[in-house]
Amino acid sequence: MKWQTKERLVEISVSSIGLLSVIVLLLIGFFLFKEAFYIFYKEGVIRVIFGSQWYPTHEPPDFGMFPLIAGTIAVTLLTSIMAIPLGLGTAIYIAEVANHKVKEFLKPLIEMLASFPSVVLGFFGMVIIAPILSNWLSPILSEKLPEMLRNTNLPFISTTLADFCYDKLFIASGLNITTASLMLTVRAIPVIASIAEDALTAVPRTYREASYSLGADKWHTIWKVVIPASVSGLSVAVILGIGTIIGETMIVLMVAGGAAVVPHWIFDAARPMPAAIAAEMAEAPYKSLHYHALFGVGAILFLITFVLSMISDFISRKYRSVRIGEKV
Amino acid sequence: MHTIENMNKPFELACKRKLNIKQGFFLSLIRTLGFSGAITLFLILSFVFYNGFQVLSWEFITEPPIDAMTKGGIFPVIMGTILLTILCMVLVIPVGVITAIFLAEYSKPGVMLKSVMMSIYTLAGVPSVVFGLFGLGVFVVMLNFGTSLLAGSMTLAIMILPYIISTSEEALKAVPYSFKEASLACGATKWQTIWKVVLPTAMPGILTGAILGTAKVSGETAPIMFTAAAFFSPGVPRSVFEPVMALPYHIYVLATAGTHIEETRPIQYGTALVLIVIVLAMNLLGIILRLKQRKKRAW
Amino acid sequence: MVEEKNIFEIKNFNVWYGDFQAVKDVNLNISSNRITAIIGPSGCGKSTLLRAMNRMNDLITSSRTSGQMLFHNIDIYDKNTDVIELRRRVGMVFQKPNPFPSSVYENVAYGPKLRGIKKKSALDEIVEQALIKADLWKEVKDKLNDSGLSLSGGQMQRLCIARSLAQQPEVILFDEPTSALDPISTAHIENLLQELQKTVTIVIVTHNMQQAARISHYTAFMYLGELIEFGNTDTIFVNPANKLTEEYITGRFG
Repeated sequence: MKWQTKERLVEISVSSIGLLSVIVLLLIGFFLFKEAFYIFYKEGVIRVIFGSQWYPTHEPPDFGMFPLIAGTIAVTLLTSIMAIPLGLGTAIYIAEVANHKVKEFLKPLIEMLASFPSVVLGFFGMVIIAPILSNWLSPILSEKLPEMLRNTNLPFISTTLADFCYDKLFIASGLNITTASLMLTVRAIPVIASIAEDALTAVPRTYREASYSLGADKWHTIWKVVIPASVSGLSVAVILGIGTIIGETMIVLMVAGGAAVVPHWIFDAARPMPAAIAAEMAEAPYKSLHYHALFGVGAILFLITFVLSMISDFISRKYRSVRIGEKV
Repeated sequence: MHTIENMNKPFELACKRKLNIKQGFFLSLIRTLGFSGAITLFLILSFVFYNGFQVLSWEFITEPPIDAMTKGGIFPVIMGTILLTILCMVLVIPVGVITAIFLAEYSKPGVMLKSVMMSIYTLAGVPSVVFGLFGLGVFVVMLNFGTSLLAGSMTLAIMILPYIISTSEEALKAVPYSFKEASLACGATKWQTIWKVVLPTAMPGILTGAILGTAKVSGETAPIMFTAAAFFSPGVPRSVFEPVMALPYHIYVLATAGTHIEETRPIQYGTALVLIVIVLAMNLLGIILRLKQRKKRAW
Repeated sequence: MVEEKNIFEIKNFNVWYGDFQAVKDVNLNISSNRITAIIGPSGCGKSTLLRAMNRMNDLITSSRTSGQMLFHNIDIYDKNTDVIELRRRVGMVFQKPNPFPSSVYENVAYGPKLRGIKKKSALDEIVEQALIKADLWKEVKDKLNDSGLSLSGGQMQRLCIARSLAQQPEVILFDEPTSALDPISTAHIENLLQELQKTVTIVIVTHNMQQAARISHYTAFMYLGELIEFGNTDTIFVNPANKLTEEYITGRFG
């Protein structure tokens, strides 16, 4: 065989294997939507997505996914409040503040945290955090604290605030969305931190030099020069972090409490979408309505993370070099 | 012209260092935040190690479970995870490395490259439970592998594929252009150059990525829940079409399902410890290898 | 000409990067309202010495210094010295123009805003004055909101000079400010330096000897971290006392 033919063959086979990931992605999308189609067709898109009753094994069954979607939204919001500042703070610390030695120590540590099995995080949440919340924190917040407040005899504090603590800070079960969010935060911190750290490190050294040479202090340089210059990378970090939170399964499965109802308060239980799939798939008979409904949940999850990936990809392409804008 | 505060003061008077409260406050805040991850990792590790060590013994690692899994060891569980991980890597590394070769050496800017990159990026963000659904539908049911070692490994392989591709691509791209030039100048073809020069030079980097990938795969639960994991099996599977037990799934099952949750607590701790040791050892190995390569790299 | 006095007095000054000594026992006085050039082959420590003058080498973790660097008779390496006030008074312009990726206006206003000037009218005036002084106003007055990165190389460098001038510094340190520029932009900047010298003390590091000869009053020649010769520019270039200086100036080594 002539070497040209051989080279050509190699190129063709390498390229076709290169296409495999495209095929896999298309297959996943196609398969999910194929299996999900039936539930939306049978029950109606609006009824499925906004229906508030998820009773898949009742007779007749109800497939309203809204409680699951609301569960995911609730844990995602709660987690974001904690994970975004912590993740970005970690990144800023490693990239800008820490000295060389601390940096060399912290970076691998964050990487280890990133590949920490989530089932162990869920286990930790179940065995340690949940009992602390229900057995230790709850009596303090819902009994001792209102009592103290009542004894002050101050208007508002001794009445409204005390009642609020009594009602709302009682934690019936440690398995709730707060516990889930705490553990999800541990999951999301390394994701956000490592991407954000890359973004901060990519800011040219000359920007920092210019700022320091004008007599700016370190904090000012970080806040007014480094962060604005890396804002696109930082937002990609946040978006991918949120994607991780939404898709994380084992933690919400083990510690979110499992109730398929819309959570109204931070100590309510919930069944976020991944937890519903993981908990129910094993019992759902093949090709039953329940099976299709769970694929419907999976398709929505896939769609959400797909959109998040697209957005972050768009941002990182479009804003390679960002303007600081009018904020400097 | 407006003047700046201190402007007209002599330097002696203006230069006395002022307390910078704002900077002090924010920097200490950042310092505290910066250590949050490390402290949490330390807390969870000490929890697992403290409780796990009390159960750990030679028998625990080498014996199968007995008495409805309330006693005995976790040997088949460990073997299950090892088999799943090895088979997954055997499946994913060739595909991942070839895709990386395509991206680093053969791809030309255009629709095809764009869609491949896009797919990899998107695949990396797909939740692991969705891979589980896919594996269930395609490998378990459609291809009729059943709940099996093979179906689980393939699902895991698809999940880790984007990671293997990107670490391999990075390793390939780090090979200096001058190496390729030298080979081509000797009359080697493109593929010969890739095979004899580029791949061997990039191999340590590719392996490091694979090892770090192993750490991620061995801790995953959601993708194997409906594709490979067995609640109980007495020994090591005899073929790839048999279901296996796995460390992460074992922890989940013992901690949440069944009637002996409290009694099996020690076994749960022990299993968690073994899993953590495997994951962290792989991680550490990968990190050390990477540091060594960075030091050795003379070009 | 304004009367000159020693604004910087450098005494037995050393800088190390780790184990490497980049500046060795330098003694040098910088006169106010004059242009002092530091020349020498690359790696001779001239940039290090310049960066030591407003403590920019603090940013390199492995660096340390000994000896005295007096600015207005105050040792700037004393632990009580406010490095931020120092850098306000001793500005710096770098080899490669480094405007922030923000508008022209925001670039110049960065320093004054740092000092707490918030009033728009005050900032407008400072920005305009600084840009006029940097001979850039005519070119950018209609595009103050354009990105600083959209200017040409020479304009960017003058923007960086304006950014420094907006702080009303006493000294500006120039670290090879024209080495990345074309000859026309270079001439423009050299003329600007001659103009600025009336109000600001200038120290310039350059490897371009003609540039040093053209614009400076005093010249220091450094070699391998040591200060070999210092004196009037005319003397140094016409009648150098040291053999090394002569060889360098006549282009016989490097």
